[in-house]
Amino acid sequence: MDVLITILADGVNSAIGPTAVVFALAAIGLNVHYGYTGLLNFGQVGFMLVGAYGLAITVSIWEQPLWVGVIAGILASTLLALLLGLPTLRLRADYLAISTIAAAEILRFVFRSSPATPFTGGPFGIPSQVGGSGYTQTWNALNPFPQGRYGIGWLTFSHTRLWATIVGWSIVLLVVLVVWLLMRSPWGRVLKSIREDEDAARALGKNVFAYKMQALILGGVLGGMAGMMLAISQAAIAPDQFLPQLTFFAYTVLIMGGAATIWGPVVGSLLFWFLIASVERALIISDVMPSGTIGPTRLAFVGILLVLLMAFRPQGLLGNKREMVLDG
Amino acid sequence: MAASLRVLTSIATLLLATLAMLASLVAPAAAASDPAPTLLAQEGGEQVRGTLNDGEGDPLEGVQLSVTTPDGEAVGDATSGDDGTWAVDLPGPGDYVVTLDTSTLPDGVELRDPERDTLEVSVNTGQQRTLLFPFGEGGQVSSLGQRLTTAAFSGVQFGLIIAIAAIGLSLIFGTTGLVNFAHGELVTFGAIVAWFLNAPSGTGLGVQLIIAGAIAVVITALLGGGIELGLWRPLRRRRTGLIQMLVITIGLSLALRFGMQIVFGGSSRPYFDYTIQQRISIGWLAITPRDLIVSLIAAATLVGVATMLQRTRIGKAMRAVSDNRDLAESSGIDVQRVVLFVWVMGAGLAGFGGVLNGVVENVNYLLGFRLLLLMFAAVILGGLGTAYGAMFGAIVVGLVTEISTVFFSTELKFVWALFVLIIILLVRPQGLLGRKERIG
Repeated sequence: MDVLITILADGVNSAIGPTAVVFALAAIGLNVHYGYTGLLNFGQVGFMLVGAYGLAITVSIWEQPLWVGVIAGILASTLLALLLGLPTLRLRADYLAISTIAAAEILRFVFRSSPATPFTGGPFGIPSQVGGSGYTQTWNALNPFPQGRYGIGWLTFSHTRLWATIVGWSIVLLVVLVVWLLMRSPWGRVLKSIREDEDAARALGKNVFAYKMQALILGGVLGGMAGMMLAISQAAIAPDQFLPQLTFFAYTVLIMGGAATIWGPVVGSLLFWFLIASVERALIISDVMPSGTIGPTRLAFVGILLVLLMAFRPQGLLGNKREMVLDG
Repeated sequence: MAASLRVLTSIATLLLATLAMLASLVAPAAAASDPAPTLLAQEGGEQVRGTLNDGEGDPLEGVQLSVTTPDGEAVGDATSGDDGTWAVDLPGPGDYVVTLDTSTLPDGVELRDPERDTLEVSVNTGQQRTLLFPFGEGGQVSSLGQRLTTAAFSGVQFGLIIAIAAIGLSLIFGTTGLVNFAHGELVTFGAIVAWFLNAPSGTGLGVQLIIAGAIAVVITALLGGGIELGLWRPLRRRRTGLIQMLVITIGLSLALRFGMQIVFGGSSRPYFDYTIQQRISIGWLAITPRDLIVSLIAAATLVGVATMLQRTRIGKAMRAVSDNRDLAESSGIDVQRVVLFVWVMGAGLAGFGGVLNGVVENVNYLLGFRLLLLMFAAVILGGLGTAYGAMFGAIVVGLVTEISTVFFSTELKFVWALFVLIIILLVRPQGLLGRKERIG
């Protein structure tokens, strides 16, 4: 029984922790792209990267206040969306997919290269306190919880984690509200009509390119916010955290919960991290494999999960199958 | 419901078959996870070791090496034996500095790079770390002309390898409309299967590399055929959307890539044949015979594939289905059979590209994934869905990648190739040899 409780406790702990917040935000961004507009963005991790680095470079290297850093992160993701959208949004969906994944990798290579090291810290990235106050100092100063551990029974959080979790989920709720309002507005209905039939939307006189671009920017900024949340909750970032598989984690989260639904990404993130953490803990406890192979096993498990979901339940937990019949 | 059950069973069978295949390869490896046979190391003891030879295959005897901690504290010394081997046992995992005493080298033998007489290594728990001190003429390529020639040659070679791997990607897109994000994993699969066949007994089967490579290509081709029959054909029968299938290729690629990491581990390992060779100089060009032969084999393969596409019945059928699927079907071509053939051939070629890349560089579980984006760049540059476009685009990508290293940092060499991809999308999205109707 104790073993079961340990496994479940790890799952629950991970499901409500800051990582789940990061992936909920990234997946809401993808939902705007893929779920509502039908844009296949395979480089969400690139938006997370520019968001995180926009914040970290502004605050830690240029020693600006935290709010300037947050604005810089948002601007950086907007700029990336514009750069990516201009060449590819007029083309077939798979071109956007290939160029976004390529752009995300370009960014990672460039940010870890030696010419960029003065700004990005090269392969080691930017810890919060390089110079000045660092991006977590203001954040921690705002923390109303005195030092200590909070929680009940087996579920306890440190004061910093509790603070990140509460702020994070509040932001998620706010974002969910905004996306819900947008998607039931006339603007949101145009996006859905583009997803269903781009030519029909164009025939009705809608500027499809402009709508797609706006959707790309909105989802990209949400990805950037996910990156900033990651930077703040870890108090450090490094380029090799932003590997392409992060994007596909976010896709799995989205598809598990249900694409084109309001709560899908949130439910998906809770469930995904609950599964990942409890499977990992169960593998460690059962001792069936050497510790070095648990990481890759976890990633292979995500891959199989994605295949099975897409083949058998593309609408996820909450989705409507009719909405998910997309064709490139 | 019956249909989905059928797909479920076929997916499960496929995954199980793949895992079983990988497991049968790794079973002996689990007994001795260390790649090379060990004589001196105790069980679980950390060690650095290596074999010194003069670059022409003759062992170097009596060369002294010393191992210290990064703070300069002595750990141990070794002198190479009559077969050139040396080893130093370490007190535990951590960082160490290994210095080769160049004054103990025989006359006429020098390090290829004089600055590499000191190597810093980090050793993991239980690891026996093999170090390489390359010897030979200290012929550092210097003039711009020499560097450009050498880079251009590596570029063509790299391009040929990308082309071999990318033909399948392009033909699969042409015949089924599917962008296969798991294509890189087929490349890795070929390289890793060949590694396990090539590794000496205890770890692998000890098959000579050329035979091991040929068997690996066949096994990869069978895997490709299995994926088509077990996964894509049932999914197409259920009228699964293309974008849905595209996301499935992503899941498949994650599962295969990290499945292979479980089996192969995270490190880069070379094959056991043709590892150390002396460069030969032809004018401005200095290359190893191995690289020359790899390029010739790659070029011959491409000519063979082109002839097959141009002359044989199945090749013509493949081009016809690529051109216009409905028209091909109505003129009596069995499209399902052609698609199966494309998968078998494309996967086999991908595996072959993996083996060649593994020979030139090292085998790693990320080998194919690193090539994937370059393959996309090549295929889009040439024109999605055309086999010749993929070949042409690949050579351009290879050249851009390697020649950039002459002028810019090596770390950024892939960035230039991906940059070319974005520029092409901006200027001529149908690719240099493609047709406009495919892109809209």
